[in-house]
Parts: sequence; structure tokens; C-alpha cells
Amino acid sequence: MKISRRAKIILGAFTGLVLVFIYLPLSVVVINSFNPSRTFSWPPTSLSTVWWTRVFHSDGVIPALLTSLKAGLGATIISVILGSCIAFAVARYDFFAKNTISLLVVLPIALPGIVTGIALNSAFNAVLQPLGIGLGLATVIIGHATFCIVIVYNNLLARLRRMGNSLEEASSDLGASTFQTFAYVTFPIIRSALVAGGLLAFALSFDEIVVTTFTSGASVQTLPQWIFNNLFRPNQAPIVNVVATMMLVAFILPVWLSQRLSEGSAVGSRL
Amino acid sequence: MTIAIALQELRKNFGEVAAVAGVNLEIADGEFFAMLGPSGSGKTTVLRLIAGFEIPTSGSIKIAGEDVSKTPPFNRDVNTVFQDYALFPHMTVQKNVEYGLRVKGVAKAEREVRALRALERVKLVGYENRKPSQLSGGQRQRVALARAIVNEPKVLLLDEPLGALDLKLRHEMQKELKELQVQLGITFIFVTHDQEEALTMADRIAVFNQGQIVQVGSPKEIYEQPANEFVAGFVGISNLLHPESSREILGKAGTFSIRPEKIKLGHDLERKATGKVSQVQFLGSFTRIDVELAMGDTLTLLQENDGSSLASPVVESLINISWDSKYEFQVG
Repeated sequence: MKISRRAKIILGAFTGLVLVFIYLPLSVVVINSFNPSRTFSWPPTSLSTVWWTRVFHSDGVIPALLTSLKAGLGATIISVILGSCIAFAVARYDFFAKNTISLLVVLPIALPGIVTGIALNSAFNAVLQPLGIGLGLATVIIGHATFCIVIVYNNLLARLRRMGNSLEEASSDLGASTFQTFAYVTFPIIRSALVAGGLLAFALSFDEIVVTTFTSGASVQTLPQWIFNNLFRPNQAPIVNVVATMMLVAFILPVWLSQRLSEGSAVGSRL
Repeated sequence: MTIAIALQELRKNFGEVAAVAGVNLEIADGEFFAMLGPSGSGKTTVLRLIAGFEIPTSGSIKIAGEDVSKTPPFNRDVNTVFQDYALFPHMTVQKNVEYGLRVKGVAKAEREVRALRALERVKLVGYENRKPSQLSGGQRQRVALARAIVNEPKVLLLDEPLGALDLKLRHEMQKELKELQVQLGITFIFVTHDQEEALTMADRIAVFNQGQIVQVGSPKEIYEQPANEFVAGFVGISNLLHPESSREILGKAGTFSIRPEKIKLGHDLERKATGKVSQVQFLGSFTRIDVELAMGDTLTLLQENDGSSLASPVVESLINISWDSKYEFQVG
């Protein structure tokens, strides 16, 4: 398509504006993490790493980080296992109410977190409480897994559909057993989609706060919860900026990686 | 003659639809066999049943005398060249060709020797380290062939093997496939909807329609003596004389087929007819003339441009045509 020079300039300017709109607030957080002023006076009069050194001694950051990592990892493992099972079933077999089941699997990602949260909270209280299991890390993991599954499922389903049946048929035709076909053909081709789905699922779980609030109970606190709770405490506020910046940096890599992995056609599995 | 493949009362239903509706067929060892038919006629399903990708609803499949109707594909001594080639995208050409040997536990050194030999056969030496995405369509086709023949199967199945190639390459590959089959001496069964491909390559052809075989025979038999109106129409240009015309011209009841090159201008031959020229098409070595008879049927004839014939007839003019009675075949 040919675009006129004027349209090019307008489109370019608009794109720039959108990017500024998205990334300017983020850069404010990053700059503020180096702002020695406790009240974030703007513009910063000087830069300092005082908050960066203090973050590791701050009350509750490390336990919250560990909780978030555990929750993210747990939710990712569950969703990779269950998400792959459903994706294979839907992509490769015909069964009763296939489309309905597919919809029911995808739905949680579109449901408002608050609804999922309330539902899970009352379900856990009604079912697990009498068994002596209270809200905690396990219930957070289950809560996160309900929507993390969708990411893995969608990623993998798209790859399996693009891959088609003929590669597996060819492998079987050439004498490979079902297991060999999976190990030599199917898995290498879906691997990058699985990794991408897993990374995104982890990212999704790591910053989740609404469902977490309803499923974590009083005993555990994830990093986003810690940030939210400390944001309005004058003493902790600067440290929040540091933690937010760390999260930002820590997340650029996996998101970039997962994007590259899912972009690659089924043909170009890079991992 | 040993039988490579024997199909008995083979049926395959997909839900309500009978894709294959009772097929009986024997294919001899070393034959180059074509399954010809329009899309949806069941020919590809029969191929997939032989390969083992589909389980028959009823009936049996024997490969070299052994009933394999319920044997999974990896235990059948046949290999398939897929229509879309189905090359493994994450493996090099070499790895693709070696695959069948690798999963059967053949040692690396032997694998390499045999893969190289297979690649030599399909004239693709020097491409071992390429990925399929770096090859042209014709080259992929050759890799797919090499990957199948390296296993030395009893039977090679080819699903529309030349469908994705351009015309020139297709003619080249037709010749090479035929040569390859003679060299290897194994049975080739290929599925095609292209009648010319079937006629030029195959030793025998089965014509499929609506899940059934309507005729089996040599290309010459299929062409010269079509069993019914469908075969006459599907293979070659169909010239049909329906009952009214037949009664008038041949003095016989029924529908008859006559191939266009058997009809000559003038009234020199045994069967004579007169009609109005409805279309004249210059085709290079031939001129195609459509003649509309009084009873409604249109006969097409091919006039060779060998310089001996008179000027082409003019559209709308009346002309005389004739043919020998031995070239008319009752098809209905």
C-alpha cells in the first residue's frame, strides 16, 4: 500500500504520541526511584541510589517477592500442564461439546478479576475451610492458574493448528512410535509456543492483584500486594518506586523473548 | 504375479458420509498404479486407508498378503509422499531423509550412507544441510521422495505428488518418477485428479467416482473403452451420442462415446453425420472443431495441422463428418 507523505508524517506523529503516553509514566517511576526526595518533588533536584540500597532491608519486600515467584511458578506449571492437555485435545480430536468446552476454558481471562475473585473466595471458604485448609499460597496458585491456563492454551492451540496433522502422520508413516513422534517432531515444533505461553502466564500471575486479594488470606502477601499496601506509607513510598523499576526491568526480557518466540512461524522454532 | 496390495469390500464413513463405499482392488508387485478421480471421489481416503492414517469402517486391506486393516501406520511396510510434502521444518534435508532409519535404530554411519544414496536417486546431492524452508517446491518434492524411498518400502504411496508444481516442472517430474519407479522396482500408487498425469505415468488406472471404482484398466483401455459416461467424460474430451442421435446415426440404442481424434472431416468413413460448426479453436498442433448435430449432441473433433487438410471450416456452416464404427463405445 502506498501512503502519501503527509499521511506518513501524521501517522508517525500519532504513533509517537501513543508511545509517549504509554511510556512517559513508566519513566517517571524509574526516575523517581533515583530521586532522593521523600515526597517525589518534581523535577528531582539530584539523583541518588539511596532507595536502591535500602530496598533490601525494607520490611517485607523479600518475602513478598518470594511469594510472588512461588505463586507465579506454581500457576505456570499448572497451566502449562493442563493448558497443553486441553490444547491437544481440542486441536487433535473431536469430542462432545468441543466448542463449548473451548469457550469455557478461554472465558476466565475475559471475566472481571473481581468476579473470579469473589467466586473463588466463596468456593474456597465453602469447600476447603471445612477440610482445615485455609486461604494461602495454594489458593493463590489455583486462582492464578484459572486465567494463566488460557494463555498457554491459546498459544499452543494456535501453533498446533498451524502445524496441522501431516507432520505427525509423516513421522508415523516413517515408522516412528507415538512417543518418538512426540519427542522428535511434535515437541520441537511446539516448544517455542509452550515457552512463550509459559512466560506470559508467569508475567500475568506475577503482577496480578485483584484475584490475589480474594484468595491469599491474611498470611501471605505477594509483591503487587506489598507495593499497593506500601504506596501510601510515607516512609515506604520511595522504595515502592525502586521495586516497580526492578519489576519493569525484570519483565522486559521475558516479554520480549515470548514475543519473539510466538512470532516465529511454526517453521522457525528458535529455542 | 504377486499381489502387493489387496483391498476387499473396503468402506470408510465419515459421520453420515460414505467416503469410500465398497472398494475391491488388487495391485500387483512393481506396478505403477494411478487412482484417478475428481475431488471427493474417495481416492485420497483409499490412499490414507492403505497408509494407515484412517481405520476402515469395514472391509480389509492386505499388504503383501498380510491383513493390516488395524495395524498402525508405523508398523506398515509402506511409505507416503504427502501432497504438502510434510517435511519436518526443524530438521535439515539430511535429518529429514534419515528420519525413518533413525526411529528404527539404524546406526549413524549406515544412515548417512543410505540417505546419501537416496538423495543421489532424486538428484539432490549438495543440499544436505539446508532446511526445508530454504528449498524450492520442486526440491522439497525430491526431499519428500528421498525420505520415503530411503526406507525401501514394498509400496510407495504418492498423494497428488505433482499438484503443487508448475507445468514445466511437472512434466519433468513425471518422467523422473517413472524412471525412479523402474529403477527401484517397487510398487508406486499415486492419487491424482489430473487425467493426463494418470495416462502418461501409470501402468494401470482405477477411476474413482462417489467412493467407488468405476473402471480399472490400462491407460489405453480407460481412454479407448470407457466403461461408462462418467469415465468417458472425466478422461479426455468426451464426445457423447445420446440415444436419439445413436438411433439416427448408428441405428443402435444407448449412449455411445467417440474420441475426438477418431472423427474425420468428410464422409469417407463408415459412420456419417452432418452438423453445424459451433466453434473453431486453433490449438497449435491441432484445430478443435465443435459440430452441433441436428439431434442436439455436440461432437468435438481434432483436425491435425499437418498441412494436408483444407482450410478450417467456418462457424455456422454445415459440414460432414465421419468415423469408423469400431471407435464407438457404448457407455450407457
